[in-house]
Amino acid sequence: MISGQIITANRLNDGVVVFFDPQNRWVEALAQGGVWTNKDSAAAALAHAQLDEARDVVVDPYLIDVIDKNGAVAAKHLREVIRAAGPTIRRDLGKQAEAAAAV
Amino acid sequence: MYRYDEFDAAFVRQRVEQFRDQVNRRLSGELTEEQFRPHRLMNGVYLQLHAYMLRVAIPYGTLSAAQMRKLAHIARVYDKGYGHFTTRQNIQYNWPALKDCPAILDELASVEMHAIQTSGNCIRNVTADHFAGAAADEVADPRPHAEIMRQWSSLHPEFSFLPRKFKIAVTGAPKDRAAIQVHDIGYHLKRNDAGEIGFAVYVGGGQGRTPMVAHKIRDFLPEADVLSYTDAILRVYNLEGRRDNKYKARIKILVHEKGADAMREAVEKEFAETRDGVLTLPKAEIDRIAAYFAPPALPDRPARSVGVEARRPKDARFAAFVATNVAMHKTPGYGIVTISLKPIGGIPGDASADQMDAVADLAQDYSHGELRVSHEQNLVLPHVALDDLPHVFDRLAAANLATANAGLISDIIACPGMDYCSLATARSIPIAQAISERFGDTARARDIGGMKIKISGCINACGHHHVGHIGILGLEKKGDESYQLTLGGSGDEICTVGSITGPGFSGDGIVDAVETVVDTYMNLRVDSREEFITAYRRLGMAPFKEALYSRSSGSGI
Repeated sequence: MISGQIITANRLNDGVVVFFDPQNRWVEALAQGGVWTNKDSAAAALAHAQLDEARDVVVDPYLIDVIDKNGAVAAKHLREVIRAAGPTIRRDLGKQAEAAAAV
Repeated sequence: MYRYDEFDAAFVRQRVEQFRDQVNRRLSGELTEEQFRPHRLMNGVYLQLHAYMLRVAIPYGTLSAAQMRKLAHIARVYDKGYGHFTTRQNIQYNWPALKDCPAILDELASVEMHAIQTSGNCIRNVTADHFAGAAADEVADPRPHAEIMRQWSSLHPEFSFLPRKFKIAVTGAPKDRAAIQVHDIGYHLKRNDAGEIGFAVYVGGGQGRTPMVAHKIRDFLPEADVLSYTDAILRVYNLEGRRDNKYKARIKILVHEKGADAMREAVEKEFAETRDGVLTLPKAEIDRIAAYFAPPALPDRPARSVGVEARRPKDARFAAFVATNVAMHKTPGYGIVTISLKPIGGIPGDASADQMDAVADLAQDYSHGELRVSHEQNLVLPHVALDDLPHVFDRLAAANLATANAGLISDIIACPGMDYCSLATARSIPIAQAISERFGDTARARDIGGMKIKISGCINACGHHHVGHIGILGLEKKGDESYQLTLGGSGDEICTVGSITGPGFSGDGIVDAVETVVDTYMNLRVDSREEFITAYRRLGMAPFKEALYSRSSGSGI
């Protein structure tokens, strides 16, 4: 069971949606984001992420809820599902398009 | 069309350079996000779900073929090959990088365009009838006055930090195509008994979470006084509008709380003190600006086109296009062509860079280089000779732009919704697509007749759902999308806010609900000439409510 929280933000220079990985790096795929399963570790990671906001790498880092969906980590709320994938009405755009192109 | 003078050009270039410097300082870390945000917003740059979003002003919805080509170029080079035309006659790019925004603004400046005041608590892009300067029913072209207001309001020191954003709309025709009564100020240009030009003045309309129809506070304002009077309204609002609660900060709340009569009195008092002052427009200045909007020389042509009449009976698609997408021009032998950005099942308001280029070429070849953007998210060729309609239609069809549905049930307004917008509580585009698919480009859709469906993905109502004949508001309910249905709204000269039918519907259920409403109307209308909104006004909510909620299949709750 991997339900918990992931930290997300938008990258400053191009606005791309990014996620904070376990090594405190910003990655573009939600699946590579670090999942925090308790409040204290999530808060500590967010404090780390906010250092990058102060360093002007990202804008507005925040925690989102994630769930286990068929063995993979997925955003719980539709808004974050859309941020992580791209517009539902244009599957050729956003991260979903890049993922499809990579296959 | 208006052309920048030296002052305009220098002013816009200076703003681009200021913004370039601000972006550089932000990227280098010299400015924090909190410090930078107001600067980027004043230049039309938002941060949305997937990326930055750049909103470009198309003043009063008028643009040239060259400007449209530039919009296409920007879409291709700096974005993902398309743009989204909005309900504010603007265009939005959904994927620009912040670092590229100064270059984009520089490109825009080269064709006399900008993104100034497309956000923030200032006077926004002044919108106008998209048929302005062409419509058969027009009394006078409202765009010169809109341009005068644009110039006056740009970076106006007193009105750049209002309690909230401020939207002005103008129309010069009795048929209101600019929804002036749901704007902070609506100006209706008309003639008085003496034949003089002036404005009826409406104040305090708006949509959002508290929809209000504007009050007429003056029946006739001489055109020379339009700036003085706008100034008086804004001064009253700036002083008395609420700043303690952003949800109660629009002028509509002030007018509502104060009362229309008290508002009129306050504005007239302010106006009495400042009229005949520096803001009074000299006739020569009005004429100078109006000259830019002089109609193109349109040679006389027969009122009926032999070519059109010959093709009509042989080509049903062409006949349907002429019937729905061509409006009466003030010059006989010409028509106003609406280019629908609502292909069946498509995304309302989106146009690819190639389509923008195709439209620019058509404007160049058949419409004296002029284009319009409508608040209904369509494009308009304002001056097309009827004899040219077959060519225009064929070229539109080749660019997948010949959908014959202007004003019909699939000509749906929809905000970007949760597919793009960080404020949205539900998606709106997929609902528009599903309704469009359900009714399609069919005889049934044509039989239904004039119908305005408008969809918003949150309470802010960018999709104008309050004034949709059928309005849909997307909300979040316990983690799921839920859609509230309203009926009987109208944004034209008979302006009304729609009424909520009852409990909301699921994403699937809302499409069935719309069909139930349509079927009920079709069963109860007097005849095919009684449009939905007329029938609704006659019948009231009851039969629709009964059809929606008394049968278990009608509701998707």
